[in-house]
Amino acid sequence: MDFQIALLLGQDGLTNGAIYALLALALVLVFAVTRVIFIPQGEFVAYGALTLATLQAGKLPATLWLVVVLGAAVAAIDGARALRHGSARRLPRILALNLAAPLALWLLLAGVDPAGLPLAAQVLLALAIVVPLGPMIYRLAYQPIAEAPVLILLIVSIAVHLVLTGLGLLFFGAEGTRTPAFTEGALDLGFTSLQYQTLWILLISAALIVGLYAFFGRSIYGKALRATALNRTGARLMGISTTLAGKLSFTLAALIGAFSGVLISPITTLYYDSGFLIGLKGFVGAIIGGLVSYPVAAAGALLVGFLEAYSSFWASAYKEVIVFTLIIPVLLWRSLGARHTEEEE
Amino acid sequence: MTVRPVLLEAKDLSVSYGKVEALHKVGLTIREGEIVTVIGPNGAGKTTLLSCLMGLLPGRGEVVYAGRALGGDVEVEERVGLGLTLVPEKRELFADMSVGDNLLLGAFDRHRRGDGGIRETLAEVYDIFPRLRERAEQTAGTLSGGERQMLAMGRALMAKPKLLMLDEPSLGLAPLIIREIFRTVSRLRGMGVSVLLVEQNARAALQVADYGYVLETGEISLAGPGAELASDPRVVEAYLGLGGKR
Repeated sequence: MDFQIALLLGQDGLTNGAIYALLALALVLVFAVTRVIFIPQGEFVAYGALTLATLQAGKLPATLWLVVVLGAAVAAIDGARALRHGSARRLPRILALNLAAPLALWLLLAGVDPAGLPLAAQVLLALAIVVPLGPMIYRLAYQPIAEAPVLILLIVSIAVHLVLTGLGLLFFGAEGTRTPAFTEGALDLGFTSLQYQTLWILLISAALIVGLYAFFGRSIYGKALRATALNRTGARLMGISTTLAGKLSFTLAALIGAFSGVLISPITTLYYDSGFLIGLKGFVGAIIGGLVSYPVAAAGALLVGFLEAYSSFWASAYKEVIVFTLIIPVLLWRSLGARHTEEEE
Repeated sequence: MTVRPVLLEAKDLSVSYGKVEALHKVGLTIREGEIVTVIGPNGAGKTTLLSCLMGLLPGRGEVVYAGRALGGDVEVEERVGLGLTLVPEKRELFADMSVGDNLLLGAFDRHRRGDGGIRETLAEVYDIFPRLRERAEQTAGTLSGGERQMLAMGRALMAKPKLLMLDEPSLGLAPLIIREIFRTVSRLRGMGVSVLLVEQNARAALQVADYGYVLETGEISLAGPGAELASDPRVVEAYLGLGGKR
């Protein structure tokens, strides 16, 4: 391997690592707040990318149907609950959020030719379709069993993952797609060249990470999420409902997942089931951070990215094996250094 | 003495853990601006009573708060919005967050409802507990026991409660700090906050309370104005004793 190739691989590793880092942060967030190991994270990557590709092909993405159907289910359940408890004043909000918003999106898309829109508008539309699936899935699959043990929540996660993968095949078919780069071409640095899309990924990932940092450090909703992760009972006593925190964290995870998919679909062909492996690599990063530490999870995810890139040079056939084998020494090391501390006092 | 309007009334309140009944047909009245205490030995069901009133535990019976029935369908979060707050025995602070952030989160529900004036409440809380202002940037986990109790109370006050429920605020604290905590409790009365105080430290609790209940093995065995209870021979014998220790 010469310097040129090392640089190229490093670029690859950094790009993928940035995406894995985003996914790892989302996984840590969801786990800290809800104790859910969010296996379906990867499906949001695939759904985001494939929904964008469908829009660019000038067609209505089938994920639109999913958001309408899930929204109707949430509206029915929450609406019935509100009526039963005599709080009809909540009804307009429930209906507007879960029923009217997806339908409005559908009407909007039926009225315009999405292929003719600028890229930024297409990306926004794709996110508007895919991101609401996050809180809706939380409402339907996890909220009824929010107090269940971690293992039960994990089993549900696997079920949700399988359902979403199956629906992905139904919605998008078995063909993979790529979307055009945000900016075509490459930047010539003399000693190497840098794809503009790579720059986009690095910049947007960095911006998202800084944004998340500010959200958790400055905004009261970010602090409320941290509080729920630290002490669920304490948070409830402050009026921070577990449900609200769960929906908020799933919204963020869905946003991060879908946006990651949009970012990488110009540099890699994504299939309906590609999300799973991508999500798992983020998961390895999150595990390196013990599912609790955001900075270590992000660093771990970058390590995964580099390891993957360089092992694809030396042992291409084994690159996935090498990446996932990383988890064994990490688990050993973590179990040796594990502290079993009580939550409070 | 004028009779103040009733803020919370519990009738025939029972709570069970499985087959074991921890509370049996407890009745309790709290009037606006009043300090009511529930004293009793360990395991009498005092914490269970507060948890049930806060909505953390399901119970049978009737609870009317500010003219509204609080059934099992009224979740904890909603009760916070109605002006009920609980400072639990374990404090339940957000240990890795700063004192200031802990306090801010106490007003989370008000923030959600778009209530202004959170800054003013924060200033008030800092006036009540100046120590918290000094420690505002520290994480809650680094505080001493007394400071933690102050933070837990301050955080609860940030919600501008109508009824503040305190579970064993003196537990594990030094006598001087206990005195300060109880002084604060009686100060709250002047601010229009009703207090339901659950204590093993019967002497201190009866000193500040307008009205008291004695809870024993899940049932109310005695009730009366604080001063009367404090001189009741049965209370003196069982809870106050000569040294005032129990």
